[in-house]
Amino acid sequence: MIRLQGIGKRFGDHQVLEDINATFGPGQVNMVIGASGSGKSVLMKIMVGLVIPDQGDLQYENESLASMDREAKQGLRQNIGMLFQNAALFDSLTVEDNLLFPLRMFKPASRAEMLERAAYCLERVGLAGKGPLYPSELSGGMKKRVGIARAIVLGPRYLFCDEPNSGLDPKTSLKIDHLIRDLTQEFNITTVVNTHDMNSVLECADHIIFLHKGHKTWEGDRHEILRSEDSALNELVYATRFLQQFRDRSS
Amino acid sequence: MDFRVILGLMSFFYHFGRYLLMLRQMLAKPENGRMYWEETVRQMASIGLGSVGIVAFVAVFMGGVSAVQTVYQLVAPYISLTVVGSIVTNSSILELGPSVTSLVSAGKIGSNIASELGYMRSSEQIDALEIMGVNPVAYLVGPKVLACLTMIPLLVIVSISTAILGGMVICQFTGLITYDQFIEGARSSFLAYDVFFAMCKAVTFAFFISSVSAYHGYHVQGGALEVGRASTKAVVYCCILILLGDYILAELLL
Repeated sequence: MIRLQGIGKRFGDHQVLEDINATFGPGQVNMVIGASGSGKSVLMKIMVGLVIPDQGDLQYENESLASMDREAKQGLRQNIGMLFQNAALFDSLTVEDNLLFPLRMFKPASRAEMLERAAYCLERVGLAGKGPLYPSELSGGMKKRVGIARAIVLGPRYLFCDEPNSGLDPKTSLKIDHLIRDLTQEFNITTVVNTHDMNSVLECADHIIFLHKGHKTWEGDRHEILRSEDSALNELVYATRFLQQFRDRSS
Repeated sequence: MDFRVILGLMSFFYHFGRYLLMLRQMLAKPENGRMYWEETVRQMASIGLGSVGIVAFVAVFMGGVSAVQTVYQLVAPYISLTVVGSIVTNSSILELGPSVTSLVSAGKIGSNIASELGYMRSSEQIDALEIMGVNPVAYLVGPKVLACLTMIPLLVIVSISTAILGGMVICQFTGLITYDQFIEGARSSFLAYDVFFAMCKAVTFAFFISSVSAYHGYHVQGGALEVGRASTKAVVYCCILILLGDYILAELLL
């Protein structure tokens, strides 16, 4: 479980986040949604420890990140997997070596065991046999799936996905969404996804928080989001004329 | 004081402080010594083998040109021609070998380090390492610095040897002086201390090239344009530091 208490962050004169409170539970796909510039990426960077908040507290399993010593943070990081917007695969390594990298660094076992684990993760994301390829030989969707495989190779308790559908066609997006949801449920992972793709939200989100200009203005699930009274949220959800017409007819 | 001077000073201390912090982080305990060692060996192979060709090529002509120009300037009957071997050898060991090799290395190795790290930063690969729990400075910068500290002095030795050999061969083939005259001159003025001085320069310049280039690459913010800028900046600053360090070391050690 991840708990955010009064998180605030300012860059110069610009208050990017203010008083963000939320709890993200295990086995759930938690989504942080909002328009571009709403503070989603900064919030995710705070959660993974890349950015230090100016105010508030971030807790993993009721333990404050700020009070953890270096070793505890190191241990926590090995329980965190992250899928980056552009997958952030190591270009000089093959797909298999990308997966072996965290294993060799933190869980040295026999080569056969590590290869078996890497092969399992690749199979789990539907890329069995793609190990010898380099990232430059993969499509965007395949890169994302390798990114997911690398994120889960150490068996993390927390999975963070930054815009997992950006640059993908709707069908591939859906595959990625289902993969994230299935892995979350299968391994009881606390998953946090940053997105502004409403298809993903309506397909997979168990718990949603909506950020608007650095503030959390709405929280609920994917069924409640369609009935929300929040005008800023409705602008995001019903952004197209087609959806607006659909809403008007339904109401 | 002029406002721009104050801003310049503030910027200098900001970058210098951040550079020192990077060096401190670089010395952190490795998460897995074997992985770090493998990366160091990989960097050594890339830096050493990747640069030996260009270094030797430059050195051959450096030695040859200095031999021809020395003969051109010393056309006097009372000066022994063996002095050509002496001048080519001494200038190769004291100046041409370490300094020119380092300047060539700044262009090749320095820009390579800055652009590699800059690309890794802009494509979030460095963030990925950090989130995994790897200290990215220690893992990415440390092996590069160590590889440069070992390989650039070796490249300097190759450069000095090739420059002397180049000078000797060109003297023989153009009929300026014979092998024997060249070797006699080279031996007569050789001092082991000069080689020590050359190695001191090589190690110092290797540290500048690796750490300054890594600093510029590691702190890139933005995309391809900024990566290119960082690479150019790295080469320019390395060249300035090499020339400055060259003078200071000459004052201190000679």
